[in-house]
Amino acid sequence: MSTFLRRFYFALVGLFLAAPLIVVAGVSVNAKQTLAFPPQGFSLSWYADIFIDAGWRNALFASLILAILSAALAVAIALPLSWFLWRRIAPWANVFQILGIAPFTLPPVITALGLLTFWATTGFYGQPWTAVISHAIFFVTLPLVTLSLGFTAIDRSLVEAAATMGANDRTIFRTVVLPLITPYLVSGYAFAFVLSLNEYIVAYMTVGFTMETLPIKIFNALRYGYTPTMASVTVLFVVLAAVIYSLIARFGDLLKLLGANSEEQS
Amino acid sequence: MRRETPQRLSDYGPLAFPAIMLTVFFVIPFGTMIAVSFFQRQQGGFYTPAFVFSNYERFLSLFFAHVLGFSLMLAVLVAVCCVAIGVPFTYLLTRMSRRAQIVWMVALLSVLSLSEVIIGFAWSTLLSRTAGITNLMVTLGLMDKAVALSPGFPAVLTAMVYQALPYTILVLYPALVRLDPTLTEAARTLGASPLKAFFTVVVPALRTTILATLIMVFIFALGSYLLPQILGRPQHWTLSVLITDQAIYQSNMPFAAAMAVFLVLVTLGMVALTLFAGRKREETA
Repeated sequence: MSTFLRRFYFALVGLFLAAPLIVVAGVSVNAKQTLAFPPQGFSLSWYADIFIDAGWRNALFASLILAILSAALAVAIALPLSWFLWRRIAPWANVFQILGIAPFTLPPVITALGLLTFWATTGFYGQPWTAVISHAIFFVTLPLVTLSLGFTAIDRSLVEAAATMGANDRTIFRTVVLPLITPYLVSGYAFAFVLSLNEYIVAYMTVGFTMETLPIKIFNALRYGYTPTMASVTVLFVVLAAVIYSLIARFGDLLKLLGANSEEQS
Repeated sequence: MRRETPQRLSDYGPLAFPAIMLTVFFVIPFGTMIAVSFFQRQQGGFYTPAFVFSNYERFLSLFFAHVLGFSLMLAVLVAVCCVAIGVPFTYLLTRMSRRAQIVWMVALLSVLSLSEVIIGFAWSTLLSRTAGITNLMVTLGLMDKAVALSPGFPAVLTAMVYQALPYTILVLYPALVRLDPTLTEAARTLGASPLKAFFTVVVPALRTTILATLIMVFIFALGSYLLPQILGRPQHWTLSVLITDQAIYQSNMPFAAAMAVFLVLVTLGMVALTLFAGRKREETA
């Protein structure tokens, strides 16, 4: 009885989470340019459209480049910071940890508006590279959290052994620390990448009038004319996110990243 | 290697890049925004440096009080719905096999990553007349003809719960997964039904976790800037929507900045409350 109740409850939540996506997937295969559901006819042309239509293709590439670069910059900021906090005793340096977590904790519109006033004041407003820096700052929280978790998981006696044998900080980092935290580095990058791909408000407020990322393009289409391509892009994004998170789960310990005890213990 | 205090100046080297980036591109923009909130607005979307309180004085209007009240009410409602659905869900999830947990987590993370634009678009499609859920009802013979379910308050609330539910579950997960399973086992041995064990043992043990989660989801919901705009009518606009609107469409940066500063204060107050709740939990534990 209770098993039945549990299954029923999980099915309900699953249906709630899946319902809008099912409708969107249905809409994306309409034969004609209508947002009908159930779909009328079947066609994959709206998926081809993402790559054929110059507007959608440019937006896709803009989003991909932005996500690749900003996630890399976020990791480049988070790695030395979390290494320093792990290696040194410097309580005041925790201020930077808090600064790294703040943009993600505050309502996004605040970070977006702060960056908008900043880029407008410095005169760089609208330059594509400002979006890269803005996203890197906005999402630095994610690699910061995964890397901090990774560093606490390192057995310090390993590092101590290397130091006793005469290795300096640089060698220890390259041969001992880096291999141990690589899974956390990769998942931090992946989280920042996926979220940057989907981010709207920061991108819109910094480069919204000069560059179109996919979320901006979808929003504009929402206001100025629906097309089933919006639906096919949505499906593409959901699939992409699911694939990336599945890879993290396949090659790393996803549940541990999310706060569970490690695999061996449970 | 034990942690050491930095000996030489060069030991601080690795800190330089992150410190500069976070200071220049987060602290300074934040300061700029606070400064702009005191600036004088000029015609045509420009503003000049000044020190006026007029942007803050605009808060003292009935319209603004209404928007603030609505934003807070909506965020509270979203938080309560999400926690009510999320606590039993997460509890049951942590009792499943690792494999099942991973599958659910991948799905939850995928939904959580979705852009607000995409969530708004997906729900507006689901609730629309042409492609919506009501078409299904008509096919099943439950309704006579398809109707549009958005824009409206239920549409805004549903979509915001949809957006915040995966977040709620991820926030609850660490606390629930570490909950001592012998607690419920003891209750079950003593003859409590699973439902009774859940409400009399699990929920009280998690009281402070639940409170902290409520506040975090509340903050998360306060940040929603598009869903009320896409799925609601103008009277359903929240503070976040209004800030975006003033900054971009009305070109009134000083007023937008003043509202943003106000929103920061509300959020920080909530964060302080969360930390306070957390400290209290440690004391009682």
